[in-house]
Amino acid sequence: MTKQHANWSPYDNNGGTCVAIAGSDYCVIAADTRMSTGYSILSRDYSKIHNCKADKAVLSSSGFQADVKALQKVLKSRHLVYQHQHNKQMSCPAMAQLLSNTLYFKRFFPYYAFNVLGGLDEEGKGCVFTYDAVGSYEKVGYSAQGSGSTLIMPFLDNQLKSPSPLLLPAQDAITPLSEPEAVDLVKTVFASATERDIYTGDKLEIMILKADGIRTEVMELRKTLSECWQHTLSIVLIRISTLGSLCYLELCLKFSCVVNRFSFSYL
Amino acid sequence: MFRNQYDTDVTTWSPTGRLFQVEYAMEAVKQGSAAIGLRSRSHVVLACVNKAQSELSSHQKKIFKVDDHIGVAIAGLTADGRVLSRYMRSEAINHSFTYESPLPVGRLVVHLADKAQVCTQRSWKRPYGVGLLVGGLDESGAHLYYNCPSGNYFEYQAFAIGSRSQAAKTYLERRFESFGDSSREDLIKDAILAVRETLQGETLKSSLCTVSVLGVGEPFHFLDQETIQKVIDTFEKVAEDEEGEAGEGDAEAAAAPAEQGGGGAGDQDVAPMEM
Repeated sequence: MTKQHANWSPYDNNGGTCVAIAGSDYCVIAADTRMSTGYSILSRDYSKIHNCKADKAVLSSSGFQADVKALQKVLKSRHLVYQHQHNKQMSCPAMAQLLSNTLYFKRFFPYYAFNVLGGLDEEGKGCVFTYDAVGSYEKVGYSAQGSGSTLIMPFLDNQLKSPSPLLLPAQDAITPLSEPEAVDLVKTVFASATERDIYTGDKLEIMILKADGIRTEVMELRKTLSECWQHTLSIVLIRISTLGSLCYLELCLKFSCVVNRFSFSYL
Repeated sequence: MFRNQYDTDVTTWSPTGRLFQVEYAMEAVKQGSAAIGLRSRSHVVLACVNKAQSELSSHQKKIFKVDDHIGVAIAGLTADGRVLSRYMRSEAINHSFTYESPLPVGRLVVHLADKAQVCTQRSWKRPYGVGLLVGGLDESGAHLYYNCPSGNYFEYQAFAIGSRSQAAKTYLERRFESFGDSSREDLIKDAILAVRETLQGETLKSSLCTVSVLGVGEPFHFLDQETIQKVIDTFEKVAEDEEGEAGEGDAEAAAAPAEQGGGGAGDQDVAPMEM
């Protein structure tokens, strides 16, 4: 008698990728805006980034977005309590520890959230903290989490990791890159990940934290496997429909909408 | 009122239908230094007199932020007030978490009143010895409520509680009809003038009072000493001398030592010697 397995799971994976890079006086946090379930797309414009409104701390999480939302709410409330008690905002390292504790609190029914926390530390230097689902965390110079992380992390290692691991213990140093270079690297990395990861795409949301404030940039990413095919398809359909009747045009438009909802299409 | 055989515990009624312990708790409110609240259609101002226990110590914090849209000023046993503010803060955070919207002030004061009532009907508890002026802004406009130790609450256009508050109340009674349409600046000025009434002769300095404002488009925050001093300067023409009336303060402190027990160091909400 084989063991019966549950036909219902409390978790779902909504996909997506999050990346953060720490600089000498800035921190870049980025995430794509695609939310999916299975092979379907739920939204092309869903933000995975949460501004903790702590002293420059921004949380980006991929995984099960319902758990991510709940986690963000809990952190927000805990931060308010801290502000009432201490009369000041939490620093980024403090928020990092709080997040770790909050995650471990649910050690036996975890938040299905893969987090990257980015911000500026007490000295104004960029810091990135990377987590697993139950709160194990580490301060690093850069990190990627989510469905595209396996594609992105090796590339970031190649570009940003300390170049002499044989001579010194390899330390994730804060990157010597300038802020525009880091933003460019992030855009490159996401464009590549979008090519091969079906769960990453649509738009890229980038938040750049510096001492004087937070700036947001949005960049378009590939929406389907072959954007050029989608464009060609729509032209062909319109050409055909001008010859045919109006209802044929309607049918073609409906088809292209269906195509839109599949993260990859056999075209 | 004088000592009688029905005032030993809160669960004993007097033959005339009074709960003396609850009434004594209301007396405790009158022992604290003055707190004043006023509201217009769009703003609420809370002000209080900074009374230090001695010349060596800092003054106690009497106005607390509950949320961006709610503040509370207390008079009486400060320790009880601090505990109730913590309760109010957690109520506001929980409501915000569940409903993703700010807690309506009217709901908060009902929670507070019910909490106070519990202490009037348990033989092992005592009533809270603090009066709370809760000022806040919600969808239905700006509100000012007064919560008693008895568990009653009332809504006011303007009110004052604590010692020598009658002088402030007289001033407010003369002026309250114009408060509804007052500008924010006029409201602040009226609050500081009301504080001056309670000082009764003592010269008004910005170090003697704490003023907080909240309103439409303006989250709860304290006014800094400079701003308060500027308002005082607009109506105080007499040169201020350095004579602080600590003598009167000590007499009141001696009458109710328990309420001053918290002091500056024990209060986790304020940095010591905050002025």
